[in-house]
Amino acid sequence: MHAPAVTTGRDLRLDLFRGIALWLIFLDHIPSNLVAWVTIRNYGFSDATEIFVFVSGYTAAFVYGREMRERGFVIAGAHILRRAWQIYVAHVFLFAIYLAEITYVASSFENPLYAEEMNILDFLKQPDVTIIQALLLKFKPANMDVLPLYIILLLLFPPILWLLRLQSTAALAASALLYVLTWHFNWNMPSYPSGYWYFNPFAWQLLFVFGAWCALGGAERLTQVLHSRLLLAIAALYLLFAFFITLTWHVPGMGQLVPHWLEELIYPIDKVNLDVLRFAHFLALAIVTVHFVPIDWPGLKSRWLWPAIACGQHSLEIFCLGIFLSFAAHFAMTEISAAFWMQLLTSGLGILVMVAGAGLLTWYKRAEGQKPGSKPKKMPDADLAGGEA
Amino acid sequence: MRMGIVVLVAALLLPTLALAGPPCEIPGYLLYGNNHLKRVAASVKDARRLTIAVIGTGSSALAGPEGPSSAYPARLEAALKQHLPGLAVKVIPLVRSRQTADDLAKGMAKLLVDEKPDLVIWQTGTIDAIRRIEPDDFRTALDEGIETLQKGGADVILMNMQYSPRTDFMLALGPYADVMRFVAQQHEVPLFDRLAIMHHWSDTGEFDLYASGRDNVLASRVHDCIGRAMASMIIDAARLQESEQKVAQ
Repeated sequence: MHAPAVTTGRDLRLDLFRGIALWLIFLDHIPSNLVAWVTIRNYGFSDATEIFVFVSGYTAAFVYGREMRERGFVIAGAHILRRAWQIYVAHVFLFAIYLAEITYVASSFENPLYAEEMNILDFLKQPDVTIIQALLLKFKPANMDVLPLYIILLLLFPPILWLLRLQSTAALAASALLYVLTWHFNWNMPSYPSGYWYFNPFAWQLLFVFGAWCALGGAERLTQVLHSRLLLAIAALYLLFAFFITLTWHVPGMGQLVPHWLEELIYPIDKVNLDVLRFAHFLALAIVTVHFVPIDWPGLKSRWLWPAIACGQHSLEIFCLGIFLSFAAHFAMTEISAAFWMQLLTSGLGILVMVAGAGLLTWYKRAEGQKPGSKPKKMPDADLAGGEA
Repeated sequence: MRMGIVVLVAALLLPTLALAGPPCEIPGYLLYGNNHLKRVAASVKDARRLTIAVIGTGSSALAGPEGPSSAYPARLEAALKQHLPGLAVKVIPLVRSRQTADDLAKGMAKLLVDEKPDLVIWQTGTIDAIRRIEPDDFRTALDEGIETLQKGGADVILMNMQYSPRTDFMLALGPYADVMRFVAQQHEVPLFDRLAIMHHWSDTGEFDLYASGRDNVLASRVHDCIGRAMASMIIDAARLQESEQKVAQ
């Protein structure tokens, strides 16, 4: 992704791939959804989370980096923290919706076959503890781990961005060092009631900072390397290798085709700590993508890709909408039918609603801009950089 | 899951369980693998007896007066007795509700002394997923439990979680199921993939696992099928079919 750091032109590829990542996250979050077979996690090591975190780091650096240059550390830092606060509020909002759905399940579901699974509702018995733990981001229900990660990454971002602008390579090296130390010392943040964060921020920061580094000129420096045929070939081979390994998880009997020494070497592929195989898989995907989709690719202006781009440009709202819709889809599947047509319908409708929501937000934004007497915006418009930071 | 091409072909041709009773269709690749239950085979051959301990949590039991006799451990015993007549089969259910894999692993040494089982069926994972235990810690607990059992001379079958479509949006089973698959492969013990088997039943319409009613009918039928499927797995993994035939000859 070699967008120049200092232009105002937006790299629509970022919006496009973040939009697609949001769709995939939505599909993956609907349990027992056969449509989720199309998502990339079934064809390689990395999944939509990696795309989302990388693009978020890239756009955060793009927007706030420019602001830091023009208006200084304090103003840009304050804006970054305000953004973290907005995401926190969004997370709490989603938690409220989650509570609504599970309290409904708790009161309507009594199948004795699943007496044990109903223990998941134990936390409802002590809301005084659990809700406070949720507000502290220590209690995180399943599938609600991405926003807390994003909040921590933004909270830490002002000094990182400052260092990136001063000495970008040193900042990236420090990030990589933190990643290595995290693996070595098993650092992570504690969760309630037990365990640790599902997306370890000390490990996942590497992808975020790498995205930011690319936005601030790193990608330009990599241009030479990115265009080498050899690298492209290595990336393609690695994608094939990952595809083969993933295939052995899904096709019965193929597991024995993987030699024992290889199993010892690669397993388990750790999502919590952003396994290096996952990181490499994301890099390989990015290299191949950048090769086939250059920044001036005419398709980016086509209206067929507009839906994904629009979603990517309003990522926080559309992400939350997607999580909400995945709950709603699951609800429809349990209450009406879980047949395949229903899965197709809810998946398709969900994406349509996400696109419609993004369209509405775009329209709002334009209407705001055209308000008579409105002054040109002084504040950094995060959307200009291809989505909010 | 390890298996030969022959088994795969057989599985495709004969997807129904061979054991008697109403059919609980399971594709063969979910039941039959390459991991051998040597201790079970030896005990059946030499002592004509088979003692199985089922250690697990709430999903290894059913509530109510009929519960103990309709839960899968009792169904397993009935299926084995029916299929292996003349063999002294005993299945001891040791249900410890709300215990994590680590809690259960700590009890394995005592279990060996108390029950002297030939085979331990270890059902786990649900409580760990509910409490969101670190998958790495879960893996360590499984390793320790299996090593204790194997050193004590018992065969092991791991059994993973139930497929529960109504609660699966709040319960992230994936990482724990992956760990169990991996650990079973590492220690060369069979994995009874209850998650995949029940998912399959739900997909084919064999059972409506979305049902929310309170009665025990569905639960008993599911447990019956699990018990019989487990019997098939044990008979296959200990090669009892062949040895029984040899005895008959």
